[in-house]
Amino acid sequence: MVWLLTAHFAAAALAPLLVRWWGRNAFLALALVPAATTGWALAQALGVVAGTPVGVRIPWAPEYHLTLAFRMDTLSLVMTLIAAGIGTLILVYCARYFTDDEPGLGRFAGVLTGFAGAMVGLVLADDLIQLYVYWELTTVFSYLLIGHYTERRDSRRAAALAINVTTLGGLAMLVGLIMLGEAAGTYLISELLADPPGGPLTTVALALVLVGALSKSAILPFSLWLPSAMQAPTPVSGYLHAAAMVKAGVYLVARLTPGFGDLAVWQYTTLAFGTVTMVAAGWKALRQNDLKLLLAYGTVSQLGFLTAVLGAGTRDAALAGLAMLCAHAVFKAPLFLVVGIIDHSTGTRDLRELSGLRRSMPAVFWTSVLALASMAGLPPMAGFAAKEAVFGAFEHSGSPVLLVALVGLVVGSVFTVGYSLRFLWGAFFDKPDVPPTPVHPPAPLFVAPALLLGLLGLVGGPASSLLDPVLAAYADTVPWNAGNDPAHLALWHGFNLPLLLSALCLAGGLALFRWRTAVAWAGARFALPDAAAVYRRIVYYIVSFATQVTGATQRGSLPIYLGTILVTLVAASALPIIQGRLWTLEAPPVRWWDTPVQFIPAAVIVAAALWALMARGRLFAVVLAGMTGYGTATLFALQGAPDLALTQFLVETVSLVVFVLVLRRLPPRFSTPVLRTRRVLNLLIGAATGLLVASMAYFALAGRRAETISGGYPAAAEEAGGHNIISVLLVDVRAWDTMGEISVLASVAAGVASLLFVRRRTRRLRAPAVPGRLSVPVSSATGSAQTDGEWSPLPLGVAENIVTVRAEAKPLWLPGVLALSQERRSIIFEVVARLLFPVILVLSVFLLVTGHSSVGGGFAGGIVAGLGLMVRYLAGGRHELYLTLGLQPGVLIGLGMTITTGTALAGAVFGTEILAGGAYDLHLPFMEPVHLTSALAFDFGVYMLVVGLIQDILYSLGSGIDEQMERERQAGRAPQSEEVTA
Amino acid sequence: MSTPSFLLVVTVAVLYSSGFYLLLQRSLMRVVFGILILGHAANLSLLLTDVAITLPPLLGGREGEMSDPLPHAMALTAIVITFGVTTFLLALAYRVWLGDENDEVPDDLEDRRISSLTEPEDSS
Repeated sequence: MVWLLTAHFAAAALAPLLVRWWGRNAFLALALVPAATTGWALAQALGVVAGTPVGVRIPWAPEYHLTLAFRMDTLSLVMTLIAAGIGTLILVYCARYFTDDEPGLGRFAGVLTGFAGAMVGLVLADDLIQLYVYWELTTVFSYLLIGHYTERRDSRRAAALAINVTTLGGLAMLVGLIMLGEAAGTYLISELLADPPGGPLTTVALALVLVGALSKSAILPFSLWLPSAMQAPTPVSGYLHAAAMVKAGVYLVARLTPGFGDLAVWQYTTLAFGTVTMVAAGWKALRQNDLKLLLAYGTVSQLGFLTAVLGAGTRDAALAGLAMLCAHAVFKAPLFLVVGIIDHSTGTRDLRELSGLRRSMPAVFWTSVLALASMAGLPPMAGFAAKEAVFGAFEHSGSPVLLVALVGLVVGSVFTVGYSLRFLWGAFFDKPDVPPTPVHPPAPLFVAPALLLGLLGLVGGPASSLLDPVLAAYADTVPWNAGNDPAHLALWHGFNLPLLLSALCLAGGLALFRWRTAVAWAGARFALPDAAAVYRRIVYYIVSFATQVTGATQRGSLPIYLGTILVTLVAASALPIIQGRLWTLEAPPVRWWDTPVQFIPAAVIVAAALWALMARGRLFAVVLAGMTGYGTATLFALQGAPDLALTQFLVETVSLVVFVLVLRRLPPRFSTPVLRTRRVLNLLIGAATGLLVASMAYFALAGRRAETISGGYPAAAEEAGGHNIISVLLVDVRAWDTMGEISVLASVAAGVASLLFVRRRTRRLRAPAVPGRLSVPVSSATGSAQTDGEWSPLPLGVAENIVTVRAEAKPLWLPGVLALSQERRSIIFEVVARLLFPVILVLSVFLLVTGHSSVGGGFAGGIVAGLGLMVRYLAGGRHELYLTLGLQPGVLIGLGMTITTGTALAGAVFGTEILAGGAYDLHLPFMEPVHLTSALAFDFGVYMLVVGLIQDILYSLGSGIDEQMERERQAGRAPQSEEVTA
Repeated sequence: MSTPSFLLVVTVAVLYSSGFYLLLQRSLMRVVFGILILGHAANLSLLLTDVAITLPPLLGGREGEMSDPLPHAMALTAIVITFGVTTFLLALAYRVWLGDENDEVPDDLEDRRISSLTEPEDSS
């Protein structure tokens, strides 16, 4: 069962490929999937009808009572046969309806196959939530299919209309389904029906479910979307809007009637809305000139009929309803297919222009006669047997409500006969003043599906007594039958009221046809308000309201948005503080300080933070922000957190340098401050929020109820062989956090680089790998660069636009400085940088290796190594930076990610789970045994990634900006910052 | 019931206040400073969840009560993430400045346009 569904979706995914290979004949291959489903359902049929449903239950999310439950009982069997069987024929039909060069055919084939799968899933689902998922899937697929002609505005509008209306209903239904599931304590439909809940809540739930069902099945007042959905290609109309999707609502009614059919809300709603829809839509069908629209209104009318009968709640009505459902699928689908053939062969669907098709397309004509006879309820068709059963069931019920409804159904059936005749006459007969329509004859495979369905309708009538036990297996689950003996399906019941009513319908229909012009005039004269216009007005008002609300609330100002958020935060938190009279509670004892030494960094932080608010110079603000950072680091050190202190110090230093690198491009001062009132307001908001958050932090510790979860960490660290608990936490116990963190860093690197080099990255970062040899890329406009004396490389070999510097002849402390101008060089800085670099690297590796047992770790080590790079860049300029490592930052970052991910996966391969640790003691001569752990490898990955990140930042915000400034200087434009200084 | 050091709470309060104030500015660079300072504030307040100043969480060191390692680990991750975020925002602010020679956040033009609309637009 699950496999068949999966096959549908797999075929849907493959469909575009198949269409590319085989053109329209790919539909024949795709048809195999629903065909297999049909075959499977038939193979199960005997057992299912005998009373043993096929089912499978896979736990999905048991804590939410969610199950992947499928169950095929008789009703599902019938629906599966309709959905998959007609789906097969429709796909075959598609293979001739379309041409190979139809635009978007691959997508169409995929969506249509996917729809067939969703429909099968819908009728097989035994779980309310799962049912809803398939329900909405059919909605989405239907949207895509109606909007197939994406370039047509009408097509797009019709698709949007359909999805708006059905999703509205679907959402109401979801609420109803959840209420039902919660009331019943189970979401399994079979269990729900076995023991249906009651009470007012159930009534509300059922009303909501009915909103969904009625909107899906295009019952008034939701019926407007179905006629406009006729914008879709005809196979879609024949499948979705006649045989399959619109039946979903009817199916849901049929599915729930055994449990709730005796409730007034269920019975009266379905009867009233169904009957009114049948009459109103039938009346409208009588005056349509477009054959497809005629069928569309006819379909709405028939759906009303089915809803009324299946919702009536008696056993006999359920039997008749299910018979009618089958008959309708078998006659309505071929009629749509016939319209498609006519449209294809003549180029029109307007019955005023068609003439003489009876002779030129005999096969199509006889197919239509069969289907129309079944629709009109003529013997010996399936439609006749079903309609007789309906009349009989309503007559025998003895309920006055059902008798009133019966009157409506008879009137509706009169209209059905009327528009059936109108279709037959309009499509095929000679019209006196219209010349015979030229016809391009359809291929046999094009007509075959429709003919097959028409013949099924013919066989279905005499065979109805054979089908009776099958359909009765469903009908018998409806308990209430008003004390009558169960009725049976048959072609001949003797002379009785139903036969009289059928004759009445036929006579009435003939009369309507005889005076068809008058009927069409009267219909147009006394038309109901146009639902589409009402819908457009509603949508217009909603959008207009939304525009006004958006315009009024979304002012587009970031400070206002943020301020609103913060004020809301403060107000929402202050409310419980005031209501709960927090100040009356016992106040925790105040502890002024941990150690008096804290005063110094705290004072520095407070002063710097407050000063930063007023600072007007950018560089000064950076220094102040940095002071808050160093102050924080000092507090960490005093607070017994050496790891934090170390990392904070290092990070703060890198940040400072990076800020300065960027700020050299920006104006030295911030622009004029905003209005004084606004500033005071911002100050108030900031102070209030800060006070709130800090007091939360203050009381949080006092309000603590549970023990810390870190009690077992020292033992875990011991087990992992590390002495530094923090480090063990990062690389072992909570290594997933670290994985996430370094992924953030990798994306930061990518983000920073792309922000700087979004135009020209590939050429920019080609650093030479040969040490001692410097390739200086020269941008194409730099012919003048060598003359303006900004930088004067020594020995030159110009090849293309690469200047190659050979440094072997004259060893330099930092070879990259060759590209710097003389006044920017500082020999002492160069010497110090060169000498310091190896020391810094050794220090960084030391921090990396000792991280597990003492203060340090991959992060700290990586940042230290990055600082080494930074020093070389600052001393030697950007070419020195390119030369230092000879590796692209991307390579380092990628290697780092690979190592960490590899270590993590190795834990799964060699150990017990992802990120499981391992250890190995390496014994080298003359040395202490080295304790190698997988955590060290993990940390090494982190180390490389951090080095790569800092290198990347230097490439981007350092040398990237260098280059931009050089280019601007060459272009004769002074950098912005200098202008502003003056 | 115990409370963290009042001095630290005051420091955190000042940090948060100035961070939020800077966040409300129009200059992108000040917004970045605001986020930087808010990061410090958040990291410090993570440490406020521990009772008192104690020994660092290192095994095999001096005997005595160790400070709780969990907030430390969280703060350590937070420091690095703050660094990443501020660097990215810095690059973003720089990019904005490159575009319009101004690092101020202007009002959103699209929002302005919508508020001046009198009729909804056709979206079909």
